[in-house]
Amino acid sequence: MSTMLADLGVKDTMTNMNMYLLAALAPLIGSMLTGFFGRKIGRSGSHVVAIIGVLVSLILSIKIFIDVLNGNSFNGSVYTWAVVGGVSFEVGFLIDRLSSLMMIVVTSVSLMVHVYTIGYMKDDPGYQRFFSYISLFTFAMLMLVMSNNFLQLFFGWEAVGLVSYLLIGFWYKKDSAIYANLKAFLVNRVGDFGFLLGIALVLHFAGTLDYAAVFDQSEDLSVRQIELFGGVGWSLITVICICLFIGAMGKSAQFPLHVWLPDSMEGPTPISALIHAATMVTAGIFMVARMSPLFEYSEMALSFVLIIGSITALFMGLLGLVQNDIKRVVAYSTLSQLGYMTVALGVSAYSAAMFHLMTHAFFKALLFLAAGSVIIGMHHQQDMRFMGGLRRKMPITWMVSLIGSLALIGFPFLSGFYSKDSIIETVQLSSIPGAGFAYFAVLLGVFVTALYSFRMYFLVFEGNYRGNNQSGQDVSESHHDPHESPPVVWIPLVVLAILSVFSGAISIQPILFGDYFKDVIFVLGSHDVVAQFGEHFHGWLAMGMHGFQTLPFWLAMAGVLTAWFVFYYSPKTRNKLSVFAPLIRLFEQKYFLDKFNEWFFALGARSLGDLLWKVGDQKIIDGFLVNGSAKLVAKMGTRLRRIQTGFISHYAFIMILGAFTLVTIWLFGK
Amino acid sequence: MSTNIIGSLSLIVWLPIFFGIVVLTIGQDGREHLVRWVSLVGSILGALVLVPVWTQFDQTKTEFQFVESIPWIDTFNINYHLGIDGLSLILILLNVVTTILVVIAGWEVITKRVSQYYASFLILSGIINGVFCSLDAMLFYVFFEATLIPMFLIIGIWGGPNRVYAAIKFFLYTLAGSLLTLVALIYLYRLSAGSFSIADFYLLPIPQSAQLLIFIALFAAFAVKIPMWPVHTWLPDAHVEAPTGGSVVLAAVMLKLGGYGFLRLSLPIVPDAARELAPLVIALSLIAIVYIGFVALIQRDMKKLIAYSSISHMGFVTLGIFIFNAEGMQGAIIQMVSHGFISAALFLCVGVLYDRIHSRQIADYGGVVNSMPKFAALFLVFAMANAGLPGTSGFVGEFFVIMGAMSNNFWFAFAAAMTLILGAAYTLWMYKRVVFGQVTSDRIADLKDVNAREFSMLLVLAFVVIGVGLYPKPFTDVIGTSVTTILELSSVSKY
Repeated sequence: MSTMLADLGVKDTMTNMNMYLLAALAPLIGSMLTGFFGRKIGRSGSHVVAIIGVLVSLILSIKIFIDVLNGNSFNGSVYTWAVVGGVSFEVGFLIDRLSSLMMIVVTSVSLMVHVYTIGYMKDDPGYQRFFSYISLFTFAMLMLVMSNNFLQLFFGWEAVGLVSYLLIGFWYKKDSAIYANLKAFLVNRVGDFGFLLGIALVLHFAGTLDYAAVFDQSEDLSVRQIELFGGVGWSLITVICICLFIGAMGKSAQFPLHVWLPDSMEGPTPISALIHAATMVTAGIFMVARMSPLFEYSEMALSFVLIIGSITALFMGLLGLVQNDIKRVVAYSTLSQLGYMTVALGVSAYSAAMFHLMTHAFFKALLFLAAGSVIIGMHHQQDMRFMGGLRRKMPITWMVSLIGSLALIGFPFLSGFYSKDSIIETVQLSSIPGAGFAYFAVLLGVFVTALYSFRMYFLVFEGNYRGNNQSGQDVSESHHDPHESPPVVWIPLVVLAILSVFSGAISIQPILFGDYFKDVIFVLGSHDVVAQFGEHFHGWLAMGMHGFQTLPFWLAMAGVLTAWFVFYYSPKTRNKLSVFAPLIRLFEQKYFLDKFNEWFFALGARSLGDLLWKVGDQKIIDGFLVNGSAKLVAKMGTRLRRIQTGFISHYAFIMILGAFTLVTIWLFGK
Repeated sequence: MSTNIIGSLSLIVWLPIFFGIVVLTIGQDGREHLVRWVSLVGSILGALVLVPVWTQFDQTKTEFQFVESIPWIDTFNINYHLGIDGLSLILILLNVVTTILVVIAGWEVITKRVSQYYASFLILSGIINGVFCSLDAMLFYVFFEATLIPMFLIIGIWGGPNRVYAAIKFFLYTLAGSLLTLVALIYLYRLSAGSFSIADFYLLPIPQSAQLLIFIALFAAFAVKIPMWPVHTWLPDAHVEAPTGGSVVLAAVMLKLGGYGFLRLSLPIVPDAARELAPLVIALSLIAIVYIGFVALIQRDMKKLIAYSSISHMGFVTLGIFIFNAEGMQGAIIQMVSHGFISAALFLCVGVLYDRIHSRQIADYGGVVNSMPKFAALFLVFAMANAGLPGTSGFVGEFFVIMGAMSNNFWFAFAAAMTLILGAAYTLWMYKRVVFGQVTSDRIADLKDVNAREFSMLLVLAFVVIGVGLYPKPFTDVIGTSVTTILELSSVSKY
């Protein structure tokens, strides 16, 4: 009987393993089919294949999610990558509540984006290639979240970076696009540099890269010290966590490694939604949540995370205020919201960060895809100054955009309200150094968020259409009136809008206060702000009702009102904004950070390379050492020529002399 | 394999040389086609004879395998003594694969002195196999030096306009280094009372001062060969002037002779000196990785850029060897093999462009993807591999070396990991300027995409590069025992 049960168990894990493998590989198969045989199977063949791949993955993700809810977690190896120095490096899956939630988010947004792409890219010559890339991305992202070890995490981490590189540069003829993709890759590499050092530290001190095995040792690691600068001991776990977090700063675009994200908008809009808003950029948040057993033991690292997050949340939001490109507004909004998630991580509210990650994935994907719909409707005009009044021309897009914006600013009962309010409340309760500043930043951020969101809303959807009186623009395009997008475009929008409305209310109870993350996220009792917040929680309805009386709500309303006044009711007031001119210039120049990077890093590296090459290699090594010795030899040659007299007897004499010397040396040697 | 009339290793060494001689004798004018086919058959047979050796190789054995020994010069007790371990095996594999690629790469491109061209490469291939198989120090030295002659000819005859300067610089630089090696070997012969057997040298007690001198003598040869900073300046010149095939063999295989020398001779024979001077070697390696990374960034010639990138990558090899741990050494060896494939592929890519436009200057290109999409895709695979992207072989070596360096010192790992940024910067910036963007000239617009020959050779390399990246275990397993043995030998003091 017991053997039978064991057999069943084995069979069970086998079929489970196949299910996990299929969930990850289905998009890869789709990607390869469209990538290698795109010409043969044609456009519709390509999107059918790619969509089936992602759909299979989504269905399996849901099944896995239900499985996990029933207690069927999994942690096991798929294959051994290499065995070196007695350590086995594996490729394997960890299927638990954290990864299965991410799988659902990734595959569902990906599916919506796949469908949407049929409409958005329908005239693009690179149609098949695009589907191949986004399916490949889905695969890479799944491998990242399903990993059970640091090595595979890094694999997925870099693989999504690669696909991001390919997709930002999708329109490879555009100079701005190929500049942006190189920049994105390199800035991410700076983050990965830290990340890899963190992984190396983990391997060296823990002797393994397997999550579970490392986390088992986190308490031991937390008391160890590492010497970095002459004799001063640093807490090992702080160094590890900060190194790992530098990786997260690259991928999740945290200050000062955020500079690549706004430029990434050069890519087609569907990927801005999928990669640069909903999924890839949240990999860093996911990673830190996954590493909670390490981060919990370093208050200093948490504090660092908190400060970086607050800076990003507030200061990147401010930049959204001055953008005219509709996609860039959403991009800065993404930066700011990623900052909120990071702040939540910093105060040990990992579950709140994951919660905001999920709701944000839905409403931000919605906002991006809606922006894309506007861009199609406007015939690829992205400048909001030439929009306006689109409410009547694009009613569905208008409706979903409004929902998305309200969710973003945290309007009670919408998904963003639950997640963002949870973050603000937990920050207020936290006592980690920097929490005061963070609370100020996230509160002010609420006002800023509402202001830029509704500035965009009023400029795009309300007022009069300004598309026909644009000066200096290509007139031939503007003759077409804006129109509503086709169903393949608006159906995904509606699905995402529904998720943006309800996903918060239905999941706040289990995710934050239930035991959803009980076994996967580790929080020290003294840091547990979520539990403290839970004492005041009396269900989603009460929280929503209470939401109307809180400070963040009124700050958001103030933002909306300001936007309404300045950008709709009394546009003339905008002329009086000149008092803020220096500030606006600072924002428009993005705090001069791009300029600085360009000068210090890009130019600096090239000058250094030039110096090393021209002076080090050419002057000193080649000029002085190599050619110098050659000259020396030549000089000696001229001298030696004098001995070459041509008389055999002279040579014979010298030969005898030489032989004599050699024999002498030989004898003395003995 | 005592039943064989000729030993498996002898076959591996002499078969390509035999085919080289055949090609020379049949190579009158008008027979170029025959010469090409015979060369191709020769190079493929050269790879096929490795198959039984690979399958019969016992990964767990610490001794040398497939040993053959015949007296050669009795007076000095020099023997024709062959044998391999995992380290030799994997490098022989690299060499035979590279030889096939080089034969294919020259197919339509070389029209001048075809038979001599192919003969040089086939003979060179045999000689390099000889280096990797030699267990007699003198035999090793003869093969090691003999590699210079075909390469000298390849650069000097089929090279670019400045080929004579480059060929002589290459020759003198490497010869100067290796003459000291000869002195060291003769000293060891004396010390061991008349043996040139490398295995005997392993067990030989050597006083400290002598160890230091021997180490420096060997170092002079191998550091130039691999090449290490600051004796690297011959490499960019040699690469720029060499024909595509020459660059491929030079980068893919010949540089590895240096790394092989460190592992086969320096570490086990003079372990104390090696450990004593390790900080110096590590410092030079880290300088190479960072300094050369910056230099590569500003190169305007694609071949020079890849040459500098090679030097930087070889810094990982020397770093990995001299941090004396399993991760580092495994990483160093994998890096040698991986760099072999990646640099070969990159030089072939540049060759594909050069054959069409006759320029290696980055500035002469731009927008190549528009007319050569297949080529652009393959080139990207190799560019990413060169930047050490996980999932390609380029990552495996760098990863293990960085992991190994961390157990030595945080800052070693820090400096080595800089390559993550620098490697991506110089490779992808070049890729961007060459491949992406608008078509910059009519010549670019008229470019024909890769033909079947070029496509197949690049595709094979892409499979290898990705295959090793996704599943390096077969390779790490093959070299595992060698690494353990070398580490054990080099951990015992010989005073």
